[in-house]
Amino acid sequence: MSDSSADIRYLRFLKPNGELDKDAPTGSHDPNEIADLFRRMLELRVFDSKAINLQRTGKLGTYPSWYGHEAAQVGVAAAMKKEDVLAPSYREGGVMLCRGVSMAEILLYWGGDERGSDFAVPRDDFPYCVPIATQCLHAAGAAMAFQHRGESRCAVAVNGDGGTSEGAFYEAMNIAGVRKLPVVFVVINNQWAISVPVAAQTSSSTLAHKAIAAGIEGVQADGNDIVAVRHCMREALEKARKGGGPTLVELITYRLGDHTTVDDAGRYRQQDEVDTASDLEPFIRTRKYLASKNIWDTQLEEQFLEQCTNNIEAAVNNYLATPKEAVEQMFNHMYAEMPESLLAQRAHAIHFCDTDKD
Amino acid sequence: MAQMNMIDAIRSAHDVVMAKDPNVVVLGEDVGYFGGVFRCTDGLQRKYGEHRVLDAPIAEGGIIAAAIGMGVNGLRPVAEIQFADYIYPGFDQVASELARLRYRTCGDYFSPVTIRTPCGGGIRGGQTHSQSPEGIFTHVSGITTVMPSNPYDAKGLLISAIESDDPVVFFEPKRIYNGPFDGDPNKPAVPWTTHPKGEVPEDYFTVPLGIADIVKPGSELTIITYGTLVHVAQAAARLTGVDAEIIDVRTLAPLDVSTLADSVCKTGRCLIAHEATRFSGFGAELAATVQENCFYSLEAPIERVAGWDTPYPHAFEWQYFPGQKRIAAGIRKVMEAQ
Repeated sequence: MSDSSADIRYLRFLKPNGELDKDAPTGSHDPNEIADLFRRMLELRVFDSKAINLQRTGKLGTYPSWYGHEAAQVGVAAAMKKEDVLAPSYREGGVMLCRGVSMAEILLYWGGDERGSDFAVPRDDFPYCVPIATQCLHAAGAAMAFQHRGESRCAVAVNGDGGTSEGAFYEAMNIAGVRKLPVVFVVINNQWAISVPVAAQTSSSTLAHKAIAAGIEGVQADGNDIVAVRHCMREALEKARKGGGPTLVELITYRLGDHTTVDDAGRYRQQDEVDTASDLEPFIRTRKYLASKNIWDTQLEEQFLEQCTNNIEAAVNNYLATPKEAVEQMFNHMYAEMPESLLAQRAHAIHFCDTDKD
Repeated sequence: MAQMNMIDAIRSAHDVVMAKDPNVVVLGEDVGYFGGVFRCTDGLQRKYGEHRVLDAPIAEGGIIAAAIGMGVNGLRPVAEIQFADYIYPGFDQVASELARLRYRTCGDYFSPVTIRTPCGGGIRGGQTHSQSPEGIFTHVSGITTVMPSNPYDAKGLLISAIESDDPVVFFEPKRIYNGPFDGDPNKPAVPWTTHPKGEVPEDYFTVPLGIADIVKPGSELTIITYGTLVHVAQAAARLTGVDAEIIDVRTLAPLDVSTLADSVCKTGRCLIAHEATRFSGFGAELAATVQENCFYSLEAPIERVAGWDTPYPHAFEWQYFPGQKRIAAGIRKVMEAQ
């Protein structure tokens, strides 16, 4: 097989040792901005570990951790404009938080309460997508609506490496290419689709290569490099906004955690692989970079983490104190207007919830 | 005989058929190295090799379609779709291709694919991991649709399914993988060792497709059900004290009409229970069949107890699940009708 990886650009500006590449574009690495993004990353990490603990103690349903994806998620959100639209997979809660969805709403969703997807902001973003890759086409559809109305907005679909095997993923890139849609397809390649490694998912030399057949641009970035992720996304979004069409952005990272809280990755992957990936994870290099610019140190981090923990505790309390919905809620949003047959079922369900009756 | 839960029984069915027939191959997401997220194919890749137990890319349409091609060319594929909730990208391949291959070649081609897929709720899976779409598949002519309710039947029916020259969609109610469940989520979980159908031969045996099972004979009322609700219906009948004859349909299509009809003609009363949504659910077909065959014996309208016509709500799982209380109320209603 010929090595076709040379066809695909690969962006990495912040090296694993914390040094900034001399070719890093101007405007991509303002230390104060990076510090802001780093604080978001820290917040996501603390929230993520709290959510896992809530699941372990029976206060949350099954939860898919984003442990290790923080730079990718923060970078994607940071490049988007408020009026853009996100179509996330189930693991992109971090992007959603950065877009303005509240922590309590994220927790409500994973606690099984559909009100978690009725987020106050951003109203136009799509809810979590649990089926695989279906949201890629929804993003293409949203982009068609923007194009139709002549709006300067973009849609961003975020998918995993496993999702790139689904027909919907190819269909989305295909129509987006034909229509030159203002959409960016982000693939967060964390190397594992539950137990299946990328090598068993595709023989494409990179996932970004999958763009080529759709006639759209594919680009790779180090998903653990917040500078490269944001820059790469900014480029793709700017191009889309100017009518240059879609881009497939592959962000290479590693799923440091289990697939979800009901998975045990130790059963199918080697610890030394996880250890190697841990050395490349996003926090180490960002922390070093900021320290080298004298704007971050252990004390600042401890202070921030304390503040973070307090905010998250407040959100958790808010979530736990949210009154449960009444049972009729399951019927209330089936149709714009409730059909008579459902009215009858709703009455029936309420009847059976009253434990005094049988 | 050995003690098996449904997972062991399903794995054992694969094992004995794979040992017997080198053309049996298994494919699906996470089924190979890992052995499946529910462990139903655990150890099979180590024993039979990567070429016979393969991890497929995430593409349910691709898995089912590739299985069709394999089946047409002499293999006997068993495809796992990880959750029935994710079978829909493969539905086109089932409805438009797999089900019609024999018909549109006048019997020249067929593809003996078995599609296994865990279904049903009661596992805090919410709307994306709890669905029971069996009625969508029974509506496709040319497909055999199966749902076992215990380890013994699971093994025997799965062997029959794999050996069948017709395509089979084999639904596995995941709530009862590890033990029978009577519908009360507050009781401690009960293992299959407590149930006679947890005793399963280790060797080859079959349970025939197309034959319903009378799990409890009775005289006053017939309860027709399948899957998890077989156990819930028994508990509900005990609650009411009604002497119910309980029938586990096991093979939904083709349906064992005579077993159902004989029972309802005898008891004169019929309740149908399933976990899937009620409207256009498989219960409607059962009710129509009973009505056609037993009209002059019926002493009361046929009652259906089913999931509400909504997605399976995570927050209201037990209010959605057709539990003992709702089935018992249905039984009383049928018994009280004059």
